Amino acid sequence: QDYFGVCSEVMIKDNVVVVYEVLEEMLDNGFPLATESNILKELIKPPTILRTVVNTITGSTNVGDQLPTGQLSVVPWRRTGVKYTNNEAYFDVIEEIDAIIDKSGSTITAEIQGVIDACVKLTGMPDLTLSFMNPRLLDDVSFHPCVRFKRWESERILSFIPPDGNFRLLSYHVSAQNLVAIPVYVKHNISFRDSSSLGRFEITVGPKQTMGKTVEGVMVTSQMPKGVLNMTLTPSQGTHTFDPVTKLLSWDVGKINPQKLPSLKGTVSLQAGTSKPDENPTINLQFKIQQLAISGLKVNRLDMYGEKYKPFKGIKYMTKAGKFQVRT
Amino acid sequence: MAAGPAYGEEKGGSSSLGEPEYGHDPASGGIFAADYKRHDDLKEMLDSNKDSLKLEAMKRIVAMIARGKNASDLFPAVVKNVACKNIEVKKLVYVYLVRYAEEQQDLALLSISTFQRGLKDPNQLIRASALRVLSSIRVPIIVPIMMLAIKEAASDMSPYVRKTAAHAIPKLYSLDSDQKDQLIEVIEKLLADKTTLVAGSVVMAFEEVCPERIDLIHKNYRKLCNLLIDVEEWGQVVIINMLTRYARTQFLSPNQNESLLEESTEKAFYGSEEDDTKDAKAEAAPLAKRKPYVMDPDHRLLLRNTKPLLQSRNAAVVMAVAQLYFHLAPKAEVGVIAKALVRLLRSHSEVQYVVLQNVATMSIKRRGMFEPYLKSFYIRSTDPTQIKILKLEVLTNLANETNISTILREFQTYIRSMDKDFVAATIQAIGRCATNIGKVRDTCLNGLVQLLSNRDELVVAESVVVIKKLLQMQPAQHSEIIKHMAKLTDNIQVPMARASILWLIGEYCEHVPKIAPDVLRKMAKSFTNEEDIVKLQVINLAAKLYLTNSKQSKLLTQYVLNLAKYDQNYDIRDRARFIRQLIVPTEKSGALNKYAKKLFLAQKPAPILESSFKDRDHFQLGSLSHLLNTKAVGYQELPDWPDEAPDPSVRNVEVPEWTKCTSREKRKEKVEKPFYSDSDGESGPTESADSGTPGQARCLWLSSAAAPSEPHSPHSPSEEEEDEERAKKAKKKVALQGKKGCAETSEEEASGFESSSSGSDSGSEAEATQRKAPPSSRAVPKEISLLDLDDFTPPTPQPISSSSVISTSLVTDLEGLTLIDTSLAPTLLSPGFGAVRTYELLHRMAGEGLSVEYCFSRRPFPGDQHMVAVQIQISNNTDTEVKSLRVSEPKPLSGMRIQEFPEIEYLAPGETASVVMGIDFCDSTQAANFQLCTHTRHFYVSIQPPVGELMAPVFMSENEFRKEQGKLTGMSEITEKLMLSEKYRSDHAIVQQVTSAANVGRVPCGADNEYRFAAKTVTSGSLVLITLEQREGAAAQLTINSEKMVIGTMLVKDIIQALTQ
Repeated sequence: QDYFGVCSEVMIKDNVVVVYEVLEEMLDNGFPLATESNILKELIKPPTILRTVVNTITGSTNVGDQLPTGQLSVVPWRRTGVKYTNNEAYFDVIEEIDAIIDKSGSTITAEIQGVIDACVKLTGMPDLTLSFMNPRLLDDVSFHPCVRFKRWESERILSFIPPDGNFRLLSYHVSAQNLVAIPVYVKHNISFRDSSSLGRFEITVGPKQTMGKTVEGVMVTSQMPKGVLNMTLTPSQGTHTFDPVTKLLSWDVGKINPQKLPSLKGTVSLQAGTSKPDENPTINLQFKIQQLAISGLKVNRLDMYGEKYKPFKGIKYMTKAGKFQVRT
Repeated sequence: MAAGPAYGEEKGGSSSLGEPEYGHDPASGGIFAADYKRHDDLKEMLDSNKDSLKLEAMKRIVAMIARGKNASDLFPAVVKNVACKNIEVKKLVYVYLVRYAEEQQDLALLSISTFQRGLKDPNQLIRASALRVLSSIRVPIIVPIMMLAIKEAASDMSPYVRKTAAHAIPKLYSLDSDQKDQLIEVIEKLLADKTTLVAGSVVMAFEEVCPERIDLIHKNYRKLCNLLIDVEEWGQVVIINMLTRYARTQFLSPNQNESLLEESTEKAFYGSEEDDTKDAKAEAAPLAKRKPYVMDPDHRLLLRNTKPLLQSRNAAVVMAVAQLYFHLAPKAEVGVIAKALVRLLRSHSEVQYVVLQNVATMSIKRRGMFEPYLKSFYIRSTDPTQIKILKLEVLTNLANETNISTILREFQTYIRSMDKDFVAATIQAIGRCATNIGKVRDTCLNGLVQLLSNRDELVVAESVVVIKKLLQMQPAQHSEIIKHMAKLTDNIQVPMARASILWLIGEYCEHVPKIAPDVLRKMAKSFTNEEDIVKLQVINLAAKLYLTNSKQSKLLTQYVLNLAKYDQNYDIRDRARFIRQLIVPTEKSGALNKYAKKLFLAQKPAPILESSFKDRDHFQLGSLSHLLNTKAVGYQELPDWPDEAPDPSVRNVEVPEWTKCTSREKRKEKVEKPFYSDSDGESGPTESADSGTPGQARCLWLSSAAAPSEPHSPHSPSEEEEDEERAKKAKKKVALQGKKGCAETSEEEASGFESSSSGSDSGSEAEATQRKAPPSSRAVPKEISLLDLDDFTPPTPQPISSSSVISTSLVTDLEGLTLIDTSLAPTLLSPGFGAVRTYELLHRMAGEGLSVEYCFSRRPFPGDQHMVAVQIQISNNTDTEVKSLRVSEPKPLSGMRIQEFPEIEYLAPGETASVVMGIDFCDSTQAANFQLCTHTRHFYVSIQPPVGELMAPVFMSENEFRKEQGKLTGMSEITEKLMLSEKYRSDHAIVQQVTSAANVGRVPCGADNEYRFAAKTVTSGSLVLITLEQREGAAAQLTINSEKMVIGTMLVKDIIQALTQ
């Protein structure tokens, strides 16, 4: 995926040779050899348009002719001799809420899974430390191998020599024991009547506990029961589609305006003759909230040792819906 | 490992290394001619001297291979390019070679010399890749060359090349297994390698070639453990799995102690006298004999070093560590893996599937482990069915009395799911919950009966089957349900359900006498249209009815049997014939006829619904075999724990810094010492009992109990008082009192002479009295005293000392101590020895001549376990008598309780009385306020306990201590560094200081420089665990684990003060 962006059949067919080369490096007689994508990229450079142009002109190859220096250094994930003119380090704190919401709106289970993705472009061998305002929040963490575990154990500080480029620094889990703020609510009224072949359908989405941030990219999907033939719905905002074959309803809401809550109303037509479906569909929700880590996690500071220059540092927070389900 | 091979397979499959079937594509025949042409121009391109053309050609060739076309006729042209300078061309040639070399062995030999040259290349990358390709070419002739190359590469400068050498070993082994011995030599050499890069690969080679040569690991065990965290991920997986096996053969089971205690119910399984004898032993000497299990430090090392890997981002590593912990760790520590496994549940569904399988197995054995994460196993409608069913399995396993209601509520939602397979599984899960947890059986049954009216047939059928199983457990109360189900026969079409209903009716036809024949009538009508399984049950029902109610059903039965006789299915025909012979009386019918009723209507045991994961745990977790629940090729059984630990010294390496070995032996000795010998150490500090046999020492010590106390010791007044009392009765009873113990007599005598007795005095006096006593030699009273004391004290010697320290009236002593035996939990020891400090309650001036002092006797208060016993000494220094001395108007703070001492009626001038009162301080250091009244005055007094007195010592083993400590981390752990004062550097001094600062019991400890103490707070019984770790010199670290943080912090302060002053 790092090589081709998307992993599809066509893509693999088009790049058989590169795939072969990559796999050759990754495996030896069926045993994994090198799976760190940074190192692989060094061995076999990913195909880019620019490079193909250059290659055809100069006749050079996209196989690195040097030894993967990292393999032999103390820091296997970082290559030596990295140079940048702009030294920058960006960290994205991304949290996903997994939740199951009850029919009545009460939370059955909710937990937060978070990751810190980093994009570090720093010259030389920087040694970074990242500290949190409230590290106790993190219930369970897993690190990129570069993080010094001892330091975390004793001081709750992330200390590491970063790999070059993009990598996932850590992923964490805030357990269900802590109270999780649920940023949105869904009001729903879905009913099928036994007598007629029509049912009522109504969904309203509204913000809740969002700490003043706007909820964006809201998307509602719901798998309708088999008996549903079609749906005639009118959204107050956004667009909706219903696929009569897969019976999948999706409604792209967009931004939620707290003054005017988006809603989707209409009727459901059922297959004539069949009895009403005895189950109600569950509603899956997707949304995004920028500049907010719902768990309240905050990065305190980032320090760099080992190199002299002053890097540009940036941090971004984002909350997303993970597996967010509302039972109806 | 679980995810490891899975990945490997996926990738291995697509890489087509050495998979011959690729070459024979039938489609290639059709375009053969065209292929020929293209091959020609490819050849031309390969022969050209332009790298870019060669590259282009090679790319096309590799693409051909990938599409499954045969490119083998290009072999000679390709092989020529093996010496090409361009690295990319070279690589592609390698790919080609590996693919076709086995088919064209002769030609492949042409390339060998290039590789041999490559092996000498200064660039390590080229050396490595040459070796890699060389070893991948499966040509038997070059085996010796390969062997040589591997040997050379194994001593290469570059670890990367050595790693490749390790990879080459299994390849050569699979090509020619005769080379095993030589290969093992190479492996041995590589195992000694210290670089992390090599470690993973060589262990993998070890596993492939000679997994049985566990002896090769010994020397490298510690190194591997220490390197583990730095090894690359896949190597970690391999090493962890290997070490699991290793540890299983080399260490003792850490759970053997627990298994004795906890699994007594499962004893039937082991069914051996062995256990019984062990148990008997354990009971015979509960405290002294049971040698606490001491984990081999190497075992501990492994566990400690693998723990951080639980945080790895690689699911395979986490899974490997999880299985290691599950198989190797003591029960108390297994819990740590739960969190990590739950985290894995977030990843891809394949990983989820594997993890859930393993969780399901674990959750059967260690239910408690996953209970806190119950909600993480709730099912989402978007989960794939496989995952849903596994989650359901886990939820069912986790169900217990406390969480069953929430689980059932969840199940209710699941039943309405659209996924019918899942609904069926849910119903079965409800059935299992109902059987396992008797409390909810009726609720479940009612719920299932409601499901019978569900519109979905599958759901109904499944519920019928489950209800049948449930009803079988208690049929009598549920005839209503059976009736209801009988009605359902008209509607339900699923054969299994129909059969179940029929069976139920047949089995319990006596409960539904009216309906049963009617059902049979209906079934007889539709008999020919039924499924086989239903037909069999109809016959069954008919037979049973015939036996119970032949009047109504005789004809029907005959009819059914006749129908069955001509059925197409032979099984049904046979059954019909067999039943007819059995039940219908004919002239020929034999003896069996009489027993027909017994045969058919015998009590049938209820089925046991149990998890399909029940017996899976004999496979190593995380292995493919475990996943499939069958033994996969190459699976190695996890060996059982050995009974005796093999010699641990084999792991010792001749490395200078490794000196632990000796200290370990020492430690062992220490642990093996019987518990008694410790007491020497602990009573030693008094400096008075340093000679003679234990008995003598103890007696001496008893007699000089007051030795360390100052002139204002509490004993003198009490002794005086006692003396007075007794003097009133009869002075000549001294001899009689001698029986009560030398301590007693000595004190009395001593006080008789002078009120402020010094220790040495009283000691000598004691002896003097003994000499006075008529025929008694020195030995006799001693023995008596020992016997006496032993009678009412637990086997540990400490309480003896403490009881004598403040012995006042022996009667209360006895009361108190006998109560200990009966009323206290066995683990709660009577207090350890410590210098008893006295506090002033009422000064002589303030009390107008009445002075009151108190001390904490450190014994359980006889009346109430939750009270701290406070010993109060009242002396009357006035020249008038004091009457009716009592406590009045206690004004305890909320929750505090005070048990007053009995009123002292009369205290003569100059006399002293001693009483015991109990105060429940509610685990706080708040003062208890009350009034002390005499017949003339009231004094407001208050007793403030030092924090160390709010607890009572607890005995526990090192293991238990660790376990409890593990539970009390985070907020409840307080750590403080301190510098030990000069005086308190020896073992004795430290123990003495700590025990005098707080009422705690010492916990045996494996390490030399660590001291552990444990106690329970008196009121709430929460544990207080103290660990004192002595570093070099005077530095030390004090750790206190306690739920009660306030107590913890105060205790830290007190202990530090005691040790640093």
